Amino acid sequence: MFELLEQNLPAGSFEPVHAADGMPTVYLSREGLVGTLQALRDTPELRYAFLADITCVDYYPREPRYEVIYLLASLGSDGFGETPKRLRVKVRVPGVDPSVPTITGLWKAADWAERELWDMFGLRVDGHADLRRILMPDDWEGHPGRRDYPVQIKEPVKVYEPLQVTEDEFVASIQASRDRSKR
Amino acid sequence: MPELRTETMTVNMGPQHPSTHGVLRLVLELSGESVVAANTTIGYLHTGIEKTAEQKKWQQIIPLVERMDYLGAQSSSLAFCLAVERLLGVEATMPQRVQDIRVLIAELQRIASHLVWLGTHALEIGAVSVMMYCFRERELLLNINEMLAGFRMFPSYFRIGGLREDIPVGFHDAVNAFLARFPGKLEEYQGLLTKNQIWLKRTKGVGVLSKEDTISYGLVGPLARAVGVGYDVRRAFPYCGYDTYEFDVPVRTAGDVFDRYMVRIEEMRQSVRICKQALGRITPRGVFDIQDYRIVPPPKDKVYTEMEGLIQHFLIYSQGFTVPAGESYVPVEGPRGEHGFNIVSDGTNRPYRVKLRAPSFYACQSVPQMIVGGMIADVIAVIGSTDVVMGDVDR
Repeated sequence: MFELLEQNLPAGSFEPVHAADGMPTVYLSREGLVGTLQALRDTPELRYAFLADITCVDYYPREPRYEVIYLLASLGSDGFGETPKRLRVKVRVPGVDPSVPTITGLWKAADWAERELWDMFGLRVDGHADLRRILMPDDWEGHPGRRDYPVQIKEPVKVYEPLQVTEDEFVASIQASRDRSKR
Repeated sequence: MPELRTETMTVNMGPQHPSTHGVLRLVLELSGESVVAANTTIGYLHTGIEKTAEQKKWQQIIPLVERMDYLGAQSSSLAFCLAVERLLGVEATMPQRVQDIRVLIAELQRIASHLVWLGTHALEIGAVSVMMYCFRERELLLNINEMLAGFRMFPSYFRIGGLREDIPVGFHDAVNAFLARFPGKLEEYQGLLTKNQIWLKRTKGVGVLSKEDTISYGLVGPLARAVGVGYDVRRAFPYCGYDTYEFDVPVRTAGDVFDRYMVRIEEMRQSVRICKQALGRITPRGVFDIQDYRIVPPPKDKVYTEMEGLIQHFLIYSQGFTVPAGESYVPVEGPRGEHGFNIVSDGTNRPYRVKLRAPSFYACQSVPQMIVGGMIADVIAVIGSTDVVMGDVDR
């Protein structure tokens, strides 16, 4: 399953693992991520030209806490790979000051996907030009995708006084509007 | 002569705009009538379904995922079921009849989704009557859903390990009646649009995205097939026995709004072909799940008469079933392209992480690239042609 990768990538740059669904899966180091992904995309024998998705799994409280997953595919048509094949690339990210390098230079699709990583998991994406929240409101606190983020937040209920007018004030305001319409 | 002062104008389009297919917000910078910059804001429909799914049992997630992409509900649930079934290792024992029914329902769903797309897309460009005709045919498909499961938009008919129940009496007649009627109606829509001068002027050469950009933006499905990338999950990574069906994958080359329209029209025609083949294989009565009562509920006569059936019934409905630890991603070809769930299980009766590969999310991201440099009227045509569903974008 991994012969093609072994022939085309430098030895030791990736670590193959078994995945339960049978999809070829490799771990990459954070430092070698961008270079290896570029090799995976551009080497003619590999040509994983399509980035299907980027996602993250939070294994709190284990350390390294996060695993960022890049789903790649070779489409098997028109210059985007010879045969259809898939690859799952994973990167381990520690829980303290978590960050991954950006791959927006390789795939334009990574832009929003990496913003979602930041928004949901608080993973800083180094080199991303526009790292803002994407799904949650801009002033949201916390990163809801994390396992230690509470599912139901119990905040004290805010009470507002309803607007009340006395009877005299009400009559006076009616009278005032009548006077206005007469003029 | 005084100097003529010119400046660009910023226009806020959405989130409450009928042509943004829900709650997409675009901030457009206009120079006269041409768009010089565009900024997209999403998230207004974020409901946190992926986080909610972590609290639910596996079987309870199916109604949730159907509400993500609300026009292609049953392709979402199919993708989810396939991913879980791969972890459970029950793919090999899945009866052929279940797979055929799933193919049939998924293709009917594709037609229903494309009909909503065609209707709203044409309406936005100005062809109001097409919308009425499309929704008329879609009504028949919703009736079939109601017949299957008692629910029109989100039937939750696919279950992990098979189907909810057997197909109802009269199902074959209802589907046959639709399949006999629909190809003629498709000709009618094409008669109204394909050679219509107004339609051609609004769509030809509009919103062009190059082949490289299309793939770089992660757009597959009809958008990629309109620019000459003939990738189809049903062909490249067959599931549910799609490799045994005869159908063509329509491919066009211009990559503009018009070719996207042509590709989707042809896809509907191919879906009818697949449906006819699938319906011929489905017997009116037969097995509808894997009959492994640790995963699917046992039939009621077993529950009422056998001790074991009763125990399994209570286990399923109180605790659900556990899924072996691991992760799984099985894509399907949804109406909007590759649709799949990357699920992670830690071996319990609830998922550890569920993540949808949402085709609309990526399509939405590419909208600014397609509209900058064009006219403001083309913005509507381009958004319509990407067929974004905001429920799928924001999840």
